[in-house]
Amino acid sequence: MSKIFLVLEREFLTRVRKKSFIIMTILAPLLFAGLMVVPMIIATMDDTKERSIAVIDDSGLFKNKITETEYLKFVYLDGVTVSDIQSTFSESGYYAVLYIGSMVANTPDAVILYSDKQPSMDITSHISSAIKNEIETQKLKTYDIENLDDILKSIKTNVRVRTIKWSKDGEAKESSSELVFGLAYILSFLVYMLIFMFGSQVMRGVIEEKTSRVVEVIVSSVKPFQLMMGKILGIAAVSLLQIVIWLILTFGLVSAAGSIFLDSSKKVVAQKETVTNLMEQAGVAQTVTEAADQPSFANEMMTALSNINFVLIIGGFIFFFIGGYLLYAAMFAAVGSAVDSEADTQQLILPVTIPLILAIVVMVSGLKSPDGSLTFWFSIIPFTSPIIMITRLPYGVPTWELALSAALLVISFVAITWLAAKIYRVGILLYGKKHTWKEMWKWIKYKN
Amino acid sequence: MDILITRNIEKRFSNHLALDDVSIAVPQGTIYGLLGPNGAGKTTLLRIINQITGPDRGEVHCFGRPMQANDIYSIGYLPEERGLYKKMKVGEHAIYLARLKGLSRPEALKRLKFWFEKLEIQGWWNKKIEELSKGMAQKIQFVVTVIHEPKLLIFDEPFSGFDPINANIIKNEIIELKKKGATILFSTHNMGSVEEMCDYITLINKSKNILSGHIDQVRQQYGSNVFELTFKGDLRKVSESLTANYELVSHTEEMGQVKANIKVNEYSTDNRLLNLVIPVAEIIGFRQVIPSMNDIFIQVVQEYNKTHRQS
Repeated sequence: MSKIFLVLEREFLTRVRKKSFIIMTILAPLLFAGLMVVPMIIATMDDTKERSIAVIDDSGLFKNKITETEYLKFVYLDGVTVSDIQSTFSESGYYAVLYIGSMVANTPDAVILYSDKQPSMDITSHISSAIKNEIETQKLKTYDIENLDDILKSIKTNVRVRTIKWSKDGEAKESSSELVFGLAYILSFLVYMLIFMFGSQVMRGVIEEKTSRVVEVIVSSVKPFQLMMGKILGIAAVSLLQIVIWLILTFGLVSAAGSIFLDSSKKVVAQKETVTNLMEQAGVAQTVTEAADQPSFANEMMTALSNINFVLIIGGFIFFFIGGYLLYAAMFAAVGSAVDSEADTQQLILPVTIPLILAIVVMVSGLKSPDGSLTFWFSIIPFTSPIIMITRLPYGVPTWELALSAALLVISFVAITWLAAKIYRVGILLYGKKHTWKEMWKWIKYKN
Repeated sequence: MDILITRNIEKRFSNHLALDDVSIAVPQGTIYGLLGPNGAGKTTLLRIINQITGPDRGEVHCFGRPMQANDIYSIGYLPEERGLYKKMKVGEHAIYLARLKGLSRPEALKRLKFWFEKLEIQGWWNKKIEELSKGMAQKIQFVVTVIHEPKLLIFDEPFSGFDPINANIIKNEIIELKKKGATILFSTHNMGSVEEMCDYITLINKSKNILSGHIDQVRQQYGSNVFELTFKGDLRKVSESLTANYELVSHTEEMGQVKANIKVNEYSTDNRLLNLVIPVAEIIGFRQVIPSMNDIFIQVVQEYNKTHRQS
């Protein structure tokens, strides 16, 4: 046991001192935080460049009818054709030219936007919805309904589905399916990546020991099993340290960035309030205040976030990652022991990686139906459970399923480690040949 | 007393028999040479003794009882395929290996300091392994093999990779270890070192132990019937005087002196040979030719291979 610890200590120290470890440990949280914060920042920043678009309207229906925004203006040109403007377009200062064909009400592709740049999706969707609304209004008007404008205004509605989860003890908790989805997706993908990353570190370590022939020197004083276990556990310790630092740094960075972000969103709320006051004076307060009564999206996210059982999820994440890592690391070690160079691993590694890749495929459907029978079975079967159980975890998993899956995972990694050690023990001392799984199966049956 | 005994060891790999009924007995306080052509099974035998692999049949006795797992602490093993972690520093690496042998960190440090000074390699302590040459790395490996002062030392090809000067340093260290009471078992192709160092040898060929014994006895056994006769005179007269019981194997002539190697068959003796040649030549010297280990090695292996190819 003390020898396993000595090997573990060496693996841990040499890896933790590496520059690549230090860089990865610091850069990855910046990347994670960036992935979370940048979309938030982008969402708060609007496109602030003013653009004007020339409109050539052959249908004659839309003059001054397309809604403008603060940054998007429309200039209606009469008696000009598209080819006229094309020749002078670059000097005209227009961002684009919008051509509306005469038959626009009946042919959907009669609207064309010309530009020397690729117009952004915001602009095209703004234009298409504006034209669509206008045509719909026009068509409605042909039915001669009284007070049509008022009716249209009063039927405008906005629907967003809030989800509230009832727990067994009757408590109702605000949840967010987007949030749970995102969490499940990110965490299970992370488990997949980490198992792969640290598993192949084990494999590379074994190959390095084999090609440099250190292994002979080491096994003269340490049992091959102790060497393998020391390496696997040493790298597990490295991975745990890295994950804990990642978690702390990411949470720190996101909450720091989040507090800046929330400050600005508070300002928006304040602005809304002043608008409401003005509108109240104008007498159109009713609908707007109703809207303001709904919890803001950001607030809702915050309550949903606080209702997620982070202790369970982080605990489960670490348990299933470590379990999955131990299961796969032993197999990676066995593969590493059977080859002389990393280039030779490709065929042998396939049986090891197929269940992992399968798990990722199942994960995608698991996100849609976390309680489906496919998802259930893959979350119980040990080879895929580390990933699929993490997919299910944010949605809530019955305790007995969690316990069964965890127990099976522990049993199978003990069994797999035992088998892998038998392969490893023979493989590390055989040089100069690429071995097959068939031979490795024979090694398992060797007596000593 | 024999410190190490292997009895009827058999080891089979998937397609060939690596060791077939190999028994050796290493007496305490001696240097024991394990000889044999490449692929004969020497390394496999040493690996079995070091519990790296297990035998299919047979047993290993160590320190007067069946081998136990803990015996590894009392054995120092330098494997044939030896390497070190390239990225580690020499001192750090040596401490790691010494601790794996069961030494505490301060004890390892103390003994390493002693050995580094003895071999005059103190300057390497903070170098990385990858900066060392092959011979330099071998020295480090030698040091960590003997660092825990084991009673039994096993070296697999200890001289390969060393230049003659360093090979000599290592040879002297091995002899000194024997004087301090250690027993040494080593495999080698270097027959010169066998003659200089070994008390006992075993020759393994094609998975079998084909020759074992004290080195003097082995050499006597293979050299008892050839004599070197140095004389002044005519070689022709000498060869004419020889009867059918003798055979002139080879001869050289230098500055009027002739050296003739004469083989005596089982029906005659060296005294009778002398009686025959004294009348025809002026004898300067007469001695039994004891063949070098190199000659014995080649002779025995070739003979064995010849007889066993037919069967």
